[in-house]
Amino acid sequence: MELSLLLIKGLIIFAVFGITLLIATYSTYAERKVAAFIQDRVGPNRAGPFGLAQPLADAVKLFFKEEFVPANANKFLFIAGPSLAMLTACMSSAVIPFGGTLIIGGEAIHLQAIEVNIGILYVFGIVALGVYGIMIGGWASNNKFSLLGAIRAASQNISYELAMGMSIIALLLVTGTLSMRDIAAQQGQELFGISGLNWNIFYQPVGFLIFIICAFAETNRVPFDLPECETELVGGYHTEYSSMGMGLYLFAEYVNIFVASAVMATLYFGGYNFPFMHQLGLPHNVVTILGTVVLFAKIFFFIFFFMWVRWTLPRFRYDQLMNLGWKILIPLSILNVIVTGGAILLKAELF
Amino acid sequence: MTGNFFYFLTFLTLFAAIGVVVSKNPVYSVLFMILTFFALTGHYILLNAQFLAAVNFIVYMGAIMVLFLFVIMFLNMREDTEQHKPVLSKIAAAIAGGILFVVMIAALKDVNTQMMQPAVFDSQIGMVENLGKVLFRDYLLPFELASVLFLAAMAGAVMLGKREPGEQNRF
Repeated sequence: MELSLLLIKGLIIFAVFGITLLIATYSTYAERKVAAFIQDRVGPNRAGPFGLAQPLADAVKLFFKEEFVPANANKFLFIAGPSLAMLTACMSSAVIPFGGTLIIGGEAIHLQAIEVNIGILYVFGIVALGVYGIMIGGWASNNKFSLLGAIRAASQNISYELAMGMSIIALLLVTGTLSMRDIAAQQGQELFGISGLNWNIFYQPVGFLIFIICAFAETNRVPFDLPECETELVGGYHTEYSSMGMGLYLFAEYVNIFVASAVMATLYFGGYNFPFMHQLGLPHNVVTILGTVVLFAKIFFFIFFFMWVRWTLPRFRYDQLMNLGWKILIPLSILNVIVTGGAILLKAELF
Repeated sequence: MTGNFFYFLTFLTLFAAIGVVVSKNPVYSVLFMILTFFALTGHYILLNAQFLAAVNFIVYMGAIMVLFLFVIMFLNMREDTEQHKPVLSKIAAAIAGGILFVVMIAALKDVNTQMMQPAVFDSQIGMVENLGKVLFRDYLLPFELASVLFLAAMAGAVMLGKREPGEQNRF
């Protein structure tokens, strides 16, 4: 590979990593502003203009707090837990295509950190690893509430991963590829004569519904935040954590929300494609940059949706959570796979 | 480069696998086992089997090992409460393991370790599409039989876990 190409790739990887962290940082601010808006309050407005420096102030506060390790905790695993949670959270945004191609000097540059031909499986694998951070941290704390939170997180993630996998299988039947880049590119085709509107949501509405519910469960957000349910478990898996250990867990959650939003936008809502993208007659590079802006608008909408739900819905009871996962979502997703398969066969037969 | 990577992965695999056996704390054993599977995933990628690598990653590391960890955390075994096994069973285990080792060596001794032939080498052989074609065209019956086996195991687990009529919750 040429040096300049390597340099550009490195720049893109660096940019994707930086953007992931930046958006996660400002999600904490956005969360508090959205909460304030929904509860008719003002929200953080002291640090900087409109409180924009609030995330920095929070980070400084967390860094300077005492890093406390309980007496009988397993020291190594106690520190490994939050580190692992953060590591796995940051790994998954690597395969998301943040835009089409930029053509500079006759060379096409893909706005994607790495292209794997099994991109969805990669994301799925990293998400499956994410639960280890919570489990290890919860166990190493040597605290009953932490352990219960960790066990809840594990069983919840396992249960909802099944339904999530099934909803993705139905999507794969439609797209016929596992590559995130190809899935995003396919959605730029024409639908009813409008280019860039061939979004998978129109083919897989039920699959998307299952996917978004499972995404809420996988990121441990309300209404599925049972692992850190403070009415029952004090603080859940992070009861014993203070300072940056706590900070990493909180931060990993926001990174996960960003990644989940980006995956949903890419898989179901057209990725970087927008209606009339090829009919406007704009140059290729302008369309690509507009597409990236549109993708981020979609991602921000989904992040807002996560917050909206958090301040709207109450928490599930634990047995309700398990019933929803095993008795409703999994049968529904299997039915979705069968119906999708049947529809594809019927279409091949008739047209 | 690839050769060095192979040696590194092999070292990691063996180190983690030995760690599984010698760890006193069962939670460490499970964590070492996760590391073993992680290294095996790397081996699959080196063998050009990307799909298998991803499935190994998701199913073994992501699901089965979580369940292992789950159960062991529930049992919450400690070093001081662990029972010491009798010497006889230790000797029996060593002999059984040694015999298995000998069998493995005997089986692998005459393996044909021919070099890769560039003329017939297909780098796409491990891709999802090719694997799917092989599974659903050439080995359809064994594949379906394996899924029936899984279904039977699942039905059995549901049968065992089902509450009998009139049975109370015991905890």
